[in-house]
Amino acid sequence: MTTDFRSNVAQALKQDAVQTHFRTVVDRLRAHRQAALAGDAAFEQLRNRCAAIRADAIRRLPQLLEQFESKAQRNGIQVHWAETTLQANRIVLDIMQRHRATFLVKGKSMVSEEMGVNAFLQSHGIDCLETDLGEFIVQLAGEKPAHIIVPAIHKNRREIAHLMHGHFSELPYSEDIETLAQSARHFMRDKFHAASVGLTGVNFMVAETGTLCLVENEGNGRMCSTVPPVHIAVTGIEKVIARLDDLPPLLNLLTRSATGQPITAYVNMINSPRRPDDKDGPDEVHLILLDNGRSRIAGDPELLKTLHCIRCGACINHCPVYRQIGGHAYGTVIPGPIGAILEPQKQGLDAATGELPQASTLCGACAEVCPVRIPIPAIINRLRWESVRKNQQSQNSRPVVPGAGSRRRPLEAAIWKIWAWCCSHPGIYNRLTKLATRLRNRLPAGMGAWTVARKAPKPARSTLHESLRTMDIDHE
Amino acid sequence: MNDARKAILDRLRLSQYPDSTPVKCDDQNDPVDPVLWPDERIDCFINRMRAVRTEVHDASHDSWLDILHGVCQARSLNNLLVSPHTRRGAMIYAAARRFPALKNYSQSIEDWKSELFTAVDAAVTSAYGGIAETGTVILWPDAREPRTLSLVPPIHIVLLEKNRIYNNLAEAMRIQNWAMIGMPSNVILLSGPSKSADIEQTMTYGVHGPKELIVILM
Repeated sequence: MTTDFRSNVAQALKQDAVQTHFRTVVDRLRAHRQAALAGDAAFEQLRNRCAAIRADAIRRLPQLLEQFESKAQRNGIQVHWAETTLQANRIVLDIMQRHRATFLVKGKSMVSEEMGVNAFLQSHGIDCLETDLGEFIVQLAGEKPAHIIVPAIHKNRREIAHLMHGHFSELPYSEDIETLAQSARHFMRDKFHAASVGLTGVNFMVAETGTLCLVENEGNGRMCSTVPPVHIAVTGIEKVIARLDDLPPLLNLLTRSATGQPITAYVNMINSPRRPDDKDGPDEVHLILLDNGRSRIAGDPELLKTLHCIRCGACINHCPVYRQIGGHAYGTVIPGPIGAILEPQKQGLDAATGELPQASTLCGACAEVCPVRIPIPAIINRLRWESVRKNQQSQNSRPVVPGAGSRRRPLEAAIWKIWAWCCSHPGIYNRLTKLATRLRNRLPAGMGAWTVARKAPKPARSTLHESLRTMDIDHE
Repeated sequence: MNDARKAILDRLRLSQYPDSTPVKCDDQNDPVDPVLWPDERIDCFINRMRAVRTEVHDASHDSWLDILHGVCQARSLNNLLVSPHTRRGAMIYAAARRFPALKNYSQSIEDWKSELFTAVDAAVTSAYGGIAETGTVILWPDAREPRTLSLVPPIHIVLLEKNRIYNNLAEAMRIQNWAMIGMPSNVILLSGPSKSADIEQTMTYGVHGPKELIVILM
């Protein structure tokens, strides 16, 4: 069975150099995280607290969103709601056109990637400039981010040097990282100066105060949200938290889990547009709240834990599958374990991404490192079940996950049904397993996909029950 | 997009589980963060800031002007952007002949954007507080010290009083009562100069914000 995902994976596994590079960077991120947590007994308690904060916020999502909206509006922030990415893009376009803006400076934002805002605006004659160094590199290469924290994780300095030199021939060729970064600074400064609209993401929205919190290291997020006369922030509806007091523990956990830093260079807390006395800052701040399937995910008591995510990327850095295939093979905005549970819920189990819950060994590393304790393996199992479940035919039971049951195959279902029946009938079960051991040398060596890279399993000489009996254990 | 708003909120309300146990996330069982003695706090702050390539000067109320003078001289600055309307800004203006040409952010950014972006060597701001645990300076921009003052010029110098250094962010928020007093349009927590590790996870400084951060304690 060849699917898009499988051919992506086959492709990724052939690129040895890229694979090695991925592993080096991911290992470094893991080491940094480990060093930042070593011997920190309070860390587990901090995780408990943050998990509770996120769980509480998602449980009270509608109330907190309304509270946030009214606070933010009172502060002068214009709040927009979008059910789909198309609606969100149209809101951005509308603002751009109202200000006759011809281009946009953009800070790093996974929600803007989800919206595909660059391509959308481009089709309306508006250019988007990625200003985060990693995103800028990815944009120059005409690619997509391969990691949510380190977008250009798949590129080494030589490739980046060629890329920069190719696009800006006036720059001398250099593989020096500092020189490359300074070239980007130089190029971008003029853009910040000239732009009339800046767009950024949001890490947390504080309902109590109507504050938008944005963390970053480079200063481009501050530039995009401070210098142009209009600032547009885009975010998923799940990013809200109840109180300002919830912010310090989450910030602490977010940066340490992501890169091992105690804090980012900048934590930007935006409360309002420019006030009458202020001499700078945008005259307009717009916030776009994107749903795109989130409110549906919130409808299931198990799956809603997907929305607790704070996008630190720790699960990605610790995933053995991501480590092998890298970020692009997933074919999604968010790769890795969190992507494998989030994207199928958004796009449907019958979509190409519906196969992603299979991209797991269920080793559990993701759940072990998740700062807010999202039970990713349990949700993977749940989605695997959802994809092959037998749909109820009754009228008012809508499937929670779109495309539920779409991967159910009658033959497979029948085999499992027969197996389940055998397992509950000891006489049949014993005869069947005995038969398997007697035929152990006659079973086929090729067993489809399983034996492409593995040997076919061979039953033991005798069944477990037989072996136990020879050991005089016969009371089960 | 009022339709979208209603549809989203309706869907969320519909999916609420009234029987689910409320989630407890109050602070009672929280780990007690280590509380440091004032001296330890200052040491911790200094070490953390230096670890992220910030130049920290441990000065006093008497010596900070001299230190600032030294900082300007060491870099042969041509000018210094500083407000004359803060207490310390006024003191700098009073000693103006010791310093490079002093500039005042007296107009809206639109009226002098080009100059701000190209012709300002360094800027001085005061700090609203400091955080020892993470090595962080709290900036509370206002009409006298606007947001871009600490962002656009390549060198940023911060004046921070030692008795305003708190153990951690939570403590600073609590003691200064941020939620109640009304925050400015933008609060900034600064922990080092602008940096990026986007190329091969190698740290490089001065990407989009200031290339140098200098903190003078008093």
